Amino acid sequence: MQKIKPGRFGDFGGQYIPETLMTEVNRLAAAYDHYKNDSEFQAELTTLLNDYAGRPSRLYYAQRMSQDLGGAQIYFKREDLNHTGSHKINNVLGQMLLAQKMGKTRVIAETGAGQHGVATATVAALMGMECEIFMGKVDTERQALNVYRMELLGAKVHAVTTGTGTLKDAVNAAMQEWTARVDDTHYVIGSTMGPHPFPTMVRDFQSVISREARAQILDATGKLPAAVVACVGGGSNAMGAFYNFIDDKDVRLIGCEAAGKGVNTEQQAATMERGRTGIFHGMKSRFIQDNDGQIAPVYSISAGLDYPGIGPEHVQLAESGRAEYVGVTDDEAVDAFEYIAKEEGIICAIESAHAVAYVQKLAPQLAKDQIIICNLSGRGDKDVAAIARYRGVDIHD
Amino acid sequence: MTKLSEVFTNKKAFIAFVVAGDPDFAACADNIVALAEAGADLVEIGIPFSDPVADGPVIQAADLRAFSAGSTTAKVFDLVAAVRKRTQVPLVFLTYCNLVYQYGYDAFFTRCAALNVAGAIIPDLPLEERGEVKPIAEAHGCQIIPLVTPTTPPERIAKIVADVDGFIYVVSSMGITGTRDAIDTDLTQLIANIRKYTTTPTAIGFGIHTPAQAAQMGALADGVIVGSAIVDIIGHYGHEAPAHLQEYVKAMQAALPY
Repeated sequence: MQKIKPGRFGDFGGQYIPETLMTEVNRLAAAYDHYKNDSEFQAELTTLLNDYAGRPSRLYYAQRMSQDLGGAQIYFKREDLNHTGSHKINNVLGQMLLAQKMGKTRVIAETGAGQHGVATATVAALMGMECEIFMGKVDTERQALNVYRMELLGAKVHAVTTGTGTLKDAVNAAMQEWTARVDDTHYVIGSTMGPHPFPTMVRDFQSVISREARAQILDATGKLPAAVVACVGGGSNAMGAFYNFIDDKDVRLIGCEAAGKGVNTEQQAATMERGRTGIFHGMKSRFIQDNDGQIAPVYSISAGLDYPGIGPEHVQLAESGRAEYVGVTDDEAVDAFEYIAKEEGIICAIESAHAVAYVQKLAPQLAKDQIIICNLSGRGDKDVAAIARYRGVDIHD
Repeated sequence: MTKLSEVFTNKKAFIAFVVAGDPDFAACADNIVALAEAGADLVEIGIPFSDPVADGPVIQAADLRAFSAGSTTAKVFDLVAAVRKRTQVPLVFLTYCNLVYQYGYDAFFTRCAALNVAGAIIPDLPLEERGEVKPIAEAHGCQIIPLVTPTTPPERIAKIVADVDGFIYVVSSMGITGTRDAIDTDLTQLIANIRKYTTTPTAIGFGIHTPAQAAQMGALADGVIVGSAIVDIIGHYGHEAPAHLQEYVKAMQAALPY
């Protein structure tokens, strides 16, 4: 049998990046290999996750929603209650502690919705590191409040005008900046994407979600869920929510991708449905692209899911049949955003609302003694003005 | 098939870069012919990519002009076929891995061989991944040109240059493509490190645009690569570019040491 190289998930993953970054990325992989088994590092990280980010996050039983939908019992993993308001802080604390150990004094990051940028800017303030965030111009406009939050935290925000002015262009700009300055700078990639070691490392830092959720659901109910549901863009909250359930073969793992204005329209970001294998952003994975391999413009109401690719481990999970991926439209996500607000008193991120929308469809198909865990990856304060505008109410941040 | 290493035999090579389809396909063919006639020893033809992460603003702008002219991989091959009727100047492609992957590695290098395109520079195909492409290219007589950068340590250089024909692309500076007023990397040391492990020719690129730089870099390496400065001339002069390109190449060639 052919030996699988580190950083490969079946055929997917790898390190397709310029030579200017390879030495730094290999140094990072070696540092991560060392520190992931270092008990002192893990203890420091746990303290940060617990005392600073507020972990463990709650697993909340959504009684009203479960009753209303009349099927499975629904539990929300409340990543929205973490400090900075999303799961992004889990990965950022891990990577930045590692960066500090490597002697880095400056971090850069891409951001879509702004959640990862805010988390990075926050931890940079905490650790006294210099911080620059790259964000698509279009996204700086639809998430203006998060731009100001990052600046308030001391970060410099660059509005990226190249290409489509969204998340993929922010990644391009951050990678370019990294090639120019690797000595003192770590690039905090925000999702399970990019060259090895990022997809593995980000998944490991996010796997705290399913480590906690698995123990919490066993503790609360004595059994495992029938399904775990999470939204996917690059795929970090979903990988985190799935990871410790992968060996539990009876637990369905369901990723919800952004179908925008419809999975069969050109205005979508449904990579599993509409993409095919390609090589981009340092990885062999699945991408939405034209026949030549030019990366296609994508669209979603959610800036965090508005990405033409997906992490390589998700593609392996899809191809092996271990996980399922479904499309959720803007309309369905906005309906779910409003539904969970009225039903449970939770304003979740529009990204997470994609998962909630699918739970609304799935729960009635399951029996009352079955359980769904839905990962609420973030809170929705940042989205309120955009949802109001979607409904024709003229509010600006 | 052109043997790339012979481009460097008994002389310092001047290597010019253009983006295919910039400003349009007919003008691009004229530009390549003009570069060849003025004495460029090798022309790199860039196949534009939607997301060129190794390229600076000048080449990104050229990519956009080429896309406006309707660039596709098929049209780029048509361009090369048209160029081949007018000049036998040595050619290589420069493009990103996904375009070659989507065309099919074998199909891509089959076309290259038929058009006497001697190799490809693929910036996002490092040592770790080149095994999936290099044997296929070489089966068609084409070379994958590797890059060595200021941060590549000697033990890694040894692996990169092992088993490589053609030439070694020496990246002068960190960051992305584009003209630089000063190149402050210790290139003497970098070239010495490469020469410890191979006799394959070296060519320095990234940032070179003046005759003085050509003289300085040409003294260190076996050739110099000029991209953004040429693309800038094409961007500036449009259809009037050939005469200006010829003047520029002659000035750069004159500055290169023998």
